[in-house]
Amino acid sequence: MSRKRENYEKSFLFRLKRWMDGEVDLLENGMETVPLPKRRRYQEVEEKLSSKSEKSASGRGELSSDREELLSGGKKRFSADAEEKALRIYRRIYQVMSVVLCLSIIFVLLWTIAYLPVFGNAGNPDNNEVSARYIEKGLQETGAVNIVTGMILDYRAFDTFGESCVLFIGSCCVMVLLKIEKGSKSKKNQERLAKSQDRLYEPKNDVILQKCACVLVPVILLFGIYIVLNGHLSPGGGFSGGAVIGSGLILYLNAFGFEKTERLFTEKTYRRITVSALTFYCLAKSYSFFTGANHLESGIPLGAPGDIISSGLILPLNICVGLVVACTMYAFYALFRKGGM
Amino acid sequence: MSFVQNLPFFSIIIAMFSGILSSVISGKKARNLSLFAIVVTTLMSGAVLAYCMRTGESYTYMMGHFPAPWGNEIRAGVLEGLTALLFGVVMLLAVIGGMHHTFRDVEEGKINQFFIMIDLMLSSLLALIYTNDLFTAYVFIEINTIAGCGLIMIRQKGHSFTAAIRYMIMSQLGSGLFLIGLSLLYDVTGHLLMSPAKEAVAAIESAGNYEIPMLVILALISVGLAIKSGLYPFHSWIPDTYGYATPTASAILSGLVSKGYIFLLIKIFYRVLGMETVLASRIVNVLFVFGLAGMIMGSVHAIFEKDTRRMIAYSSVAQIGYIYMGIGLGTREGMIAAIFHVFAHSATKALLFISAVGLYEVSGGKKDYRSLRGAGYRNPLAGIGFAAGSLSMVGFPMLSGFISKLLFATSALQSPRKMMVTLLVLAISTVLNAVYFLRLVITLYSTRKSDEAQSSGEVQSSDHAGTVKSGVQEGVAAQRWNLKISVACYIILNLILGLGSQPIIDAIARGLEMFG
Amino acid sequence: MADFLFNNIEETVSVILFGIGFTMLLLQQNLIKKIMGMNIMDTAVYLFLAAKGYIYGKMVPIVTDGVLEASAYINPVPSGLVLTGIVVSVSTTALMLALTIRLYERYHSLNLDEILMRAKKEEKS
Repeated sequence: MSRKRENYEKSFLFRLKRWMDGEVDLLENGMETVPLPKRRRYQEVEEKLSSKSEKSASGRGELSSDREELLSGGKKRFSADAEEKALRIYRRIYQVMSVVLCLSIIFVLLWTIAYLPVFGNAGNPDNNEVSARYIEKGLQETGAVNIVTGMILDYRAFDTFGESCVLFIGSCCVMVLLKIEKGSKSKKNQERLAKSQDRLYEPKNDVILQKCACVLVPVILLFGIYIVLNGHLSPGGGFSGGAVIGSGLILYLNAFGFEKTERLFTEKTYRRITVSALTFYCLAKSYSFFTGANHLESGIPLGAPGDIISSGLILPLNICVGLVVACTMYAFYALFRKGGM
Repeated sequence: MSFVQNLPFFSIIIAMFSGILSSVISGKKARNLSLFAIVVTTLMSGAVLAYCMRTGESYTYMMGHFPAPWGNEIRAGVLEGLTALLFGVVMLLAVIGGMHHTFRDVEEGKINQFFIMIDLMLSSLLALIYTNDLFTAYVFIEINTIAGCGLIMIRQKGHSFTAAIRYMIMSQLGSGLFLIGLSLLYDVTGHLLMSPAKEAVAAIESAGNYEIPMLVILALISVGLAIKSGLYPFHSWIPDTYGYATPTASAILSGLVSKGYIFLLIKIFYRVLGMETVLASRIVNVLFVFGLAGMIMGSVHAIFEKDTRRMIAYSSVAQIGYIYMGIGLGTREGMIAAIFHVFAHSATKALLFISAVGLYEVSGGKKDYRSLRGAGYRNPLAGIGFAAGSLSMVGFPMLSGFISKLLFATSALQSPRKMMVTLLVLAISTVLNAVYFLRLVITLYSTRKSDEAQSSGEVQSSDHAGTVKSGVQEGVAAQRWNLKISVACYIILNLILGLGSQPIIDAIARGLEMFG
Repeated sequence: MADFLFNNIEETVSVILFGIGFTMLLLQQNLIKKIMGMNIMDTAVYLFLAAKGYIYGKMVPIVTDGVLEASAYINPVPSGLVLTGIVVSVSTTALMLALTIRLYERYHSLNLDEILMRAKKEEKS
């Protein structure tokens, strides 16, 4: 028999279990945290009571008094208890069902992949003439040393264009959701604006951060530019390089605040850069699609493979994609953080 | 290569490009650009349709300098052209009809964003229709999803955020299933373009390999797209989404977005997996059963619903059920009926949403359908439009819904095992449809006297009357030309689909032949 | 079957992760956990694709020393698909998170059930 622990409430397992049930934060007491909202059933009780008493229950301690009040309306108490029990049973069933569902999906998929071609075998169906041509003729046809770049920006460029548009429309949606109109007079907007200005927990003019940023930001930006420009020669390309540049901008923003970044990067710049890059992308690719489909010569020189200026449209397209991604990453961060740029 | 063959590609690019440009121009200009883009793409789709009808052939169009298994491709045929044309018309009318509400519901500075969503929605729908590449389809499904979410939440009032998050969650589930199905399919076939993938699938079939993976792939892709188009057990997001978005968004989402996924599913069935495989796998029976369940349950939910727009949304669940039932019949006729119903439903449901707006405006903007009492007299054209749409849904002769019901019934006769249950459910569903739609229509045309008698018991009668009065005055101003044009054109479209159905059915049949 | 699963540990792991992510996205009540589930699901698919592109003993698909034989490199197609997929999932994640922020501002909860309940109550009042 296991011995009974005196201080079970303090044990790790107990806290883990409560955390698994979503009741409590594991970091409780270890960190300053906002008190958790009360559990739902208490709130339901509270809502039931709110017509009777104005007093609001704020925790377990006061719940008992609420219950006493509930006793006066005996019928109500029974219904509340029954509801609570039903809710608990429902939750239990829900948990079991979700585990069953998860396991059944996994089982079906495992069963499926057991019949799939084996891992890492050169004779698999997907290693067919398509990938062979990408590899064997890619250099000659697209001029890109990096075969993946050649594939996504030349052979399958329509997908990649669609993907840039996904990013564009994603940033538009986030802007609709999170951007706060400065000029708007509505009360809700003012509230959100006030809340977004609240930078209580933020380090102000943190010297360590600023000095580090001074050293790191130029390096990060240069590295990002290097990745973008060498997208057709080495691993990388517009997306990865753009993400690196974006993270550099975010670091700069964190160290020096919005006032500094607004001098070189405002929403207007963002829009201009995104629209001109996407427009160039769209026009360049339209030209290439149009000439390709009508069997015309595109007339764009591919250059010597391995040079920086080579592989036709791939380099400018990579730059465009890099700009779009960098701006979008920065925009996401700025919108999430402050609701504007 | 004739110039007309370029038009599918141009229409996709024009819609996309106008979306990109819209982000730097003002709301009004964005609206004009958007309308221009929709009109131009619709005309282009018409030209593509005419070209394909004349030559009697479909064609593929290389997106780039590389032929089929290597480069991206799009494909156009009669069915694609017809669908694109119809979707363009429905979209144009929806944007025009809901214009006033768009400008009222959306914040001043964000109107151009609304039109970005519209443009990209259009381009993604066109790309879903024309695509000949599975991965392109995935990318454009995502654009479609995000644009749809944007259209829902751009209203930023009331329920629109909860509706948007539910929509996003269900859509992401669908996309995830579609994506893993796609990856598995790529793994066993090694192709992403539809035509070579179909050859590979046929080779696999004849060699007898990968039976179980093919079955699972089929199930994953069908279920993924079914979730995204809102088939019955996965319909929970539909009422919120259609009920709380702006009218244009509701019309587009219910009329076009879910239909785009259905069209893609049919295209994948025919062009990738092969209809024989699909029939042999019995997955169509699953779709059939869910379709039947949706037909009944959607109508039952609608009967118990009080909010007019949610009622129409639940009716969408039922109609999606019809479409899947048609696919599930597994016959060519069933498929034709399903595609015809895609057209009929997108025209009718958009009409219902748009004309409901006109009725709301003159009734004080209350959600409850009982507040619409007598609204048919106050805004006659919208009343007629709503009545026409309702009757079409119920299956009144001369309107599009009647033809699709007729097609469903005749196609059911040809598959003996499913005949009885199909006809039975069709009859039940029609009766249920009639219950709530005729209730709405009768409410619209019943006199105000009974309204007062009923509302006398209500607490806020004076307040209510006040809002109605101001609503009426606003409504007089609200008898706008754009709403009128839109409703009138929708009614005409419905009549065209109802009366001139034979050429359309022939075109669908030819298009399906081209698929196969 | 068991043999195969152990030999193809990448695919096995990826489908298990897919199942977990799918279930989380479908059934978790907490919105942040739902988004985590979505990311797990997407990443699992990318792992699956990346595993499918790999061939034992081959190089990454970047032409080195002018070798242009298909037998020298791994399959570049899945890498490209993963690249595209990642960008798509970045945008959807950002959108979902932004929606979550707005919902939290409005209803002061991350629990979807509770949000829906409050929304319903708000509508009634």
